[in-house]
Amino acid sequence: MSSHSEIAVTVNGRRYREAVAERMLLSDFLRQRLGLTGTHVGCEHGVCGSCTVHLDGAAVRSCLLLAVQTDGADVRTVEGLADGERLHPLQEAFREHFALQCGFCTPGILMAAADFLAHNPAPARNEIAEMLAGHLCRCTGYAPIIDAIAAASGSGAE
Amino acid sequence: MSGAKTALGWIGATPHRVEDEALLRGRGRFIDDLSPVPGAMHLALVRSPFAHARIRAIDASAAAESPGALAVLTGADLAAVSRPLGAVIRGAAEHYAAAVDVARYAGEPVAVVVAGDRYLAEDAAELVEVDYEPLEAVLDPLVAAEAGHVVSDRSFRYGDPEAALADAALVVRGRYPFGRWTAAPVECFGVIADWDHAADSLTVWANFQGPFTLHTVAAGALGLPAARLRLVTPPDSGGSFGVKAGVFSSIVLAGLTSKICGVPVRWIEDRLEHLAAAGSATHRVTDVEAGFASDGELLALRYDVIEDVGAYLRAPEPATLYRMHGSLTGAYGVSNVAVRNRVVCTNRCPTGLNRGFGGPQLYLALERVMARGAAGLGLDPAEVARRNLVPAESFPYRTPTGALYDSGDYAACLNDALDAADYRGRRQLQAARRAGGEGRHRLGIGLACVVEPSISNMGYISLAETAAERAAGWPKSGNAEGATLAMNPLGGVTVRLSTVPQGQGHRTVAAQVAAQALGLRPADVEVQSEMDTHVNAWTVSSGNYSSRFAGIGAAAVAEAAERLAEKLRCIAGDVLECAPADIELRDGQARVVGQPDRGVSLRRLAGAAHWNPESLPSGLEPGLAVTAFVSAPNLDPPNEADEVASSAAHGFVVDVAAVEVDTVTGAVRVLDYVTVHDAGTLLHPRLVDGQILGSFAHGLGPALLEQTVHDDEGNLLTGSFMDYLCATATEVPPLRILHRCTPSPFTALGAKGLGEGNTMSAPAALANAVGDALGLSDLDLPFTAPRVWERLAAAGEGGDRP
Amino acid sequence: MKPPPFRYVRPDSVEEALEVLGEHGEEAKVLAGGCSLVPMLNMRLARPEVLVDVNRLEALSGVACDNGSVTIGATVRQAALERSPQLRRELPLAAACTPYIGHFVTRNRGTIGGSLAHADARGELPLALVTLGGSVLAQSQRGQRSIAAEDLFVYHFTSALAHEELLTAVHWPAAGPGWGYGFAETAQRHGDYALAMVACALARRDGAVVEARLGLGAVADRPLLASEAAEVLVGQDLGGPAGDGAVAEAARLAAAAAEPFDDLHASAAYRRRLVAVLGEQVIRAAWESASGTSGSAG
Repeated sequence: MSSHSEIAVTVNGRRYREAVAERMLLSDFLRQRLGLTGTHVGCEHGVCGSCTVHLDGAAVRSCLLLAVQTDGADVRTVEGLADGERLHPLQEAFREHFALQCGFCTPGILMAAADFLAHNPAPARNEIAEMLAGHLCRCTGYAPIIDAIAAASGSGAE
Repeated sequence: MSGAKTALGWIGATPHRVEDEALLRGRGRFIDDLSPVPGAMHLALVRSPFAHARIRAIDASAAAESPGALAVLTGADLAAVSRPLGAVIRGAAEHYAAAVDVARYAGEPVAVVVAGDRYLAEDAAELVEVDYEPLEAVLDPLVAAEAGHVVSDRSFRYGDPEAALADAALVVRGRYPFGRWTAAPVECFGVIADWDHAADSLTVWANFQGPFTLHTVAAGALGLPAARLRLVTPPDSGGSFGVKAGVFSSIVLAGLTSKICGVPVRWIEDRLEHLAAAGSATHRVTDVEAGFASDGELLALRYDVIEDVGAYLRAPEPATLYRMHGSLTGAYGVSNVAVRNRVVCTNRCPTGLNRGFGGPQLYLALERVMARGAAGLGLDPAEVARRNLVPAESFPYRTPTGALYDSGDYAACLNDALDAADYRGRRQLQAARRAGGEGRHRLGIGLACVVEPSISNMGYISLAETAAERAAGWPKSGNAEGATLAMNPLGGVTVRLSTVPQGQGHRTVAAQVAAQALGLRPADVEVQSEMDTHVNAWTVSSGNYSSRFAGIGAAAVAEAAERLAEKLRCIAGDVLECAPADIELRDGQARVVGQPDRGVSLRRLAGAAHWNPESLPSGLEPGLAVTAFVSAPNLDPPNEADEVASSAAHGFVVDVAAVEVDTVTGAVRVLDYVTVHDAGTLLHPRLVDGQILGSFAHGLGPALLEQTVHDDEGNLLTGSFMDYLCATATEVPPLRILHRCTPSPFTALGAKGLGEGNTMSAPAALANAVGDALGLSDLDLPFTAPRVWERLAAAGEGGDRP
Repeated sequence: MKPPPFRYVRPDSVEEALEVLGEHGEEAKVLAGGCSLVPMLNMRLARPEVLVDVNRLEALSGVACDNGSVTIGATVRQAALERSPQLRRELPLAAACTPYIGHFVTRNRGTIGGSLAHADARGELPLALVTLGGSVLAQSQRGQRSIAAEDLFVYHFTSALAHEELLTAVHWPAAGPGWGYGFAETAQRHGDYALAMVACALARRDGAVVEARLGLGAVADRPLLASEAAEVLVGQDLGGPAGDGAVAEAARLAAAAAEPFDDLHASAAYRRRLVAVLGEQVIRAAWESASGTSGSAG
């Protein structure tokens, strides 16, 4: 049997103390233990990007992290992106630009884009595309997602 | 403003998607988000590492002792309480949910482990010892055909193709293999199964997409009357593009496991399992001959098709081969066609639905010979296409193979596309560059003109049988759908769909359609997209495939809404003392036409119907719930001459692709891509464009990047997302979309399906463009830089091997 | 795709980490960014008994510049090479290849030391370090040693690090006056492992190349230095009339020096061809950027 550890982690501003199996992936911890099912699991080898969350402010793949590694850390998931009733500007832009269809890849892309825009507030379209290349979307063909991120950015480039 | 009502009302407006708020907040409800039954145990599957092997023995003793493991079941254990999955035609190996005695593809389930969580289940699965005796594997469709692994061999003849080919000024011949590729939705399969021993029934939650013909197949394998297999789909599904039809065999596997173990079980497929065993498009090899007159008129087509469906003939295969049967002549008015279809089994994963479904394979062959015919005659391919397109005045047009094309103006669409792409200018530039000596970068222009069928005839698959065999069975035809609308006591409306959306936005459009008929706003209409076979109004043809929502799914909503509206008009007429025909429903009111101040609110009418049925006009049935079914017209069973209207509606797509090929590196760059669509009435133009963009990316994949590859032993080489190369944002070029609109006379709203056209057209257009750039007739997909370079090097060109 | 059982250890100091590594030897695995290790765990291709998480070790997270070299702690994230103005200035070659390492999100987590210790023959940072002639610092309970980049990469996924050794820091030669750099790679998709990549560092003085290094990646079981090819450039004015010939000859020799292989995605011949094409490109880029401004190509 795998050994267990107790961790204290803040997720979307709420503090949790949980005993976790040391091998439990952060993605499974968020979904199965905390019920935060907005973080999606699409490949479990770091390619599809669906499970992207923020760890201490940086966008990371939650399928490539162990829950135990987040002890003492601050995690933000897509459920924590909106400001209460008010959607995050990226969420608004995604809706406005029809940038999602099935919506499965969307949470990961939103979290990555939020961090990306924090570092690059006025990106060019090709920079957005290169960031987005770390995420698979099989519905949209990507163009509407690029439009949405551009619209939400400082550049508003379309 | 986004979402504004158009002059025609809500049909054609572009409101925000009602799906989005929850999805954007991470509040979607996908299969792995649901816990519909407490205490479900987790499954992990032991899969064959061999493409073909006898299973001598399975030792599960160590696995059974693994911490947290509840049970280990072998394929034989499952088979003992089930029947093989029913197939469309006989001839292939018996197919059980897991292998019995012989494994026939790498990745085939061999045993099932049941444990407390997925981690523990995988621990135990590693301890299952299977003694395999490897057998020879057959992987290539041509080898399979040679070796006699043919499960169906049918020849068809329409008109006089032999004579027409003999008279042709030019006969172009080519072989066009279309390898396997897969939809790879970002969400994998998921099944939660709960067998109730008291009732001897099974409830399953699964992200299955339909068609519900497969519910019947699953029930048969489970040994259950259909009424005791309750199948529920989650409100959200993380994409499918066809492949989630294949969930049905996992429904059987999980259901049997729950039955044997006496516990509810949960199986969430992982990505490695998905790429190995979920299913892919067929591998088809098409030999084609096309006869042309010297003026470019297409006189005859002859196809010889070999289709690899994998290790088993999994339903609904060989449907990939017959879905396009009515459209074997594409967009062209040719009347002489011959086709031989052979279905072969190989030691690869069973195939199934995949966006485009037979169209990409057909049009690659047809559009390549059209372009090559033009080149052979010294004519411009656009002129040859124009010369042969079905004329606008011919609709409805009956194809020689039996389809009834509903409407269109193909030549106008072609002109639109050529203009938008600056076709003439590009040709001039290309000619100038060629006159200056071929440089490192070669320009190529490719066209594809494709008819996009939608709303499949449930009877087309029976073409795999002879007319005599068909006559001995029950005829199958049509494509029907149901929808239920109900008005609650406060005037709000709920709609329940059986179209099982996979992200297309059916709920948004259904709300528009219902609001239109009832004089409400879409926001007043709540649409439920869960399918529950114990609750919904459905038929075997329900589900999400053949782009059937706009043409038939929305039509069912419209019909139910119209009947409810009629009932409301009756009640209102009684209240307002006028004839129901004089009542109009607008802005939440029932009003007398022309007298805006004489009206009553729908809320009031609804309240009366619920609370005061005694007040209803005599003879009117109480209640405000309506279930309506509609069936697409003209979809007869195949006739004795093997003609079939394989689909009810036919959109048209013209693509013009301009590419530049770097002969030094083999890199293909898309310079410009224009697509013109005629899909009839557009119910929600923004969602329409979303479907076109996604469909384009789906077709671009196998053209430029994606392929499912096995080695000579049958091991999957593209078993993870490191090696199966889905197109990403940096690979999908911009797409320019134009529309024309000739409403379908055969669908209630004039709409045609359009979610698959570019998947059908893009491989053909890009193949024509790359072929045009390089002057090569035989370049196989996908056009990755290394493959193009190898081909050029083999031709002694450009490659410049050091 | 769930990891097999293991024991997770998060040491509070380098000494403690070395103790665990010393005790468990090859049964222990160092967990840094996890971008390569965790997929292998999830696929059960790696099954360590003990996982030693070094992400919290402050001693491994520093950056120091002095005397023409930059020392970067092993757990500094790859993203720092893109975002830190200082690192971009001092290490233009490493900065130029960083956008090609995985993707935005994985570079947030992937570490520079982890990427080197992983010794993927297709890795961008291993190629950059070899091309620049850098080294790494390896510590164990027995002491510490410096390993030159050329000696670090033994073959694909195998480094010269002993099981009980921890890679703690990376020494990079900083950009000097007159030096220019070029990097280019070809991959099937943006962010994929390259089919081939080439890096060039050269010093230009008085209108000619005085020193040149040419590194090849993804075309052998380890990053290679194409020394013979680089030698051809020395003494040449690459902007002059003989420049084209020298560049072409160097690229030809680089292609000849490659030891590529066939795989699913491309043949050995194609990869060799790419080396020649990319080689010319990066040599020119390095020459152009050596004229005073820090430079890159790609």
